Amino acid sequence: MSARRAIAAAVAALAALVPACGGRSAHAVTVFGAASLTGVLPELRQEFLRGRAGERITLDLAGTPQLVAQIEAGAPADVVATADEASLAELRARRLLDGPPVVFARNRLAIAVRPGNPRHIRDLADLAQSGLVVVFADARVPAGKYAAAALGRAHVSVHPASLEQDVKAVVAKVVLGEADAGIVYVTDVRAAGGKVGGVAIAASDNVVAGYRIAAITARGRAFRDFVLSPDGQRVLRRAGFLSP
Amino acid sequence: MTRRPPLALAVPAGLGVMFLALPLVGLVQRAPWAAVGHQLASHEVRQALRLSLVTSLAATALAVVLGVPLAWVLARVSFRGRALVRALALLPIVLPPVVGGVALLLAFGRRGLLGGWLAALGVRLPFTTAGAVVAETFVAMPFVVLATEAGLRSLDPRYEEAAATLGARPWSVFRRVTLPLLAPSLGAGAALCWARALGEFGATITFAGNLPGRTQTMPLAVYVALESQPDGAIALSLLLVAVSVVVLVLLRRRLFPA
Repeated sequence: MSARRAIAAAVAALAALVPACGGRSAHAVTVFGAASLTGVLPELRQEFLRGRAGERITLDLAGTPQLVAQIEAGAPADVVATADEASLAELRARRLLDGPPVVFARNRLAIAVRPGNPRHIRDLADLAQSGLVVVFADARVPAGKYAAAALGRAHVSVHPASLEQDVKAVVAKVVLGEADAGIVYVTDVRAAGGKVGGVAIAASDNVVAGYRIAAITARGRAFRDFVLSPDGQRVLRRAGFLSP
Repeated sequence: MTRRPPLALAVPAGLGVMFLALPLVGLVQRAPWAAVGHQLASHEVRQALRLSLVTSLAATALAVVLGVPLAWVLARVSFRGRALVRALALLPIVLPPVVGGVALLLAFGRRGLLGGWLAALGVRLPFTTAGAVVAETFVAMPFVVLATEAGLRSLDPRYEEAAATLGARPWSVFRRVTLPLLAPSLGAGAALCWARALGEFGATITFAGNLPGRTQTMPLAVYVALESQPDGAIALSLLLVAVSVVVLVLLRRRLFPA
């Protein structure tokens, strides 16, 4: 291909992309969700869209601090749901939310291990044994903060092999077999099917994560209200989330 | 040379320049200039900086050791499947780095193709500094192959032929004739490779993970710091931009012969 044709093709490709970026219809809603909601948000969307022909929901799933930074930078989100209180409090303080954040679900931590638990991990203290490859989420995402808090409560000190950028990356490392264990949410173990095993963390050491949701624009209210409604709550219970 | 370009070219060209320049302007005007030195002197930043220098230089060395012979074979030996091998050698340039990282896990990870052998040798790559070097080498080696092969093809073959006629063995010819003549191309390829390795993010975080002091290189530190300490992230970004500019300035004659 000549250079000129290559450039022409690149320009044509760009031109084709432009209309896709602009022009959001009134019925398109963008939901920013924490990584640990990766499994359940598509189900909530499906349930919400039932009987709402013509509406559309776009999901943006990432680590909570990334979502917050994007919203602060003006990303076009209509609803935001995170696994902590502080992130939405910060957005609220900056007057970026439409109404106060509401707790819509709770979650607990579990230890994700290889299927069949070949390293016989029974509790948090077992994560400190040498030769075990353990990964957490980085402490800047809620899952990482909770993991650090749980280890603190259990008076266990673990040297992680990696601090992953969100909780789904922790699950992935255990699924791939690169890590022997990781600290994740109970719902992550459930969502992974049989690809990881779950080891419960003693209630005295465990942490309860309060998930909060808030509308950012008036357009986002309907989805927020749906998540809080009995229908939305049913979907969350089915995925293993605890009631608010 | 034309003095006045037609409007139909000048306008998009101008837009193109603005498009490329504005992000840099944004970075520079948001930079906490008074605190840049302070930010770059912090323990975390120096740790990431040191790690980045070590891993990117090691990756460049590895890429030269593997890439130069590969380029020589591609340029000097004709064999079936050469086009395929060349495509393979350049693939990492167009492959999304995260995909490269996943592929590396499936090859060299604990459960990967060579995982068992590596474990038997006591080698673990994921979550280690060596793993970060492997990820950077995978992504950056094509620049060495590309520049070196182009250099080999533009060499006058008569020097090598003359040496061979005078009785030099092929390895001798390569070492004492080809390699010195190749030095400028190889230097340019190595410099581009180093700059690419220094900026590597996707393959590294996927394959080697993120642990300060062990696998958290500068681009990972920028990403991690972006939300919690934006000033630190911007200071680190400026440093990476400065390094890239220096590499391009040093290579300007190689890349754009006047």
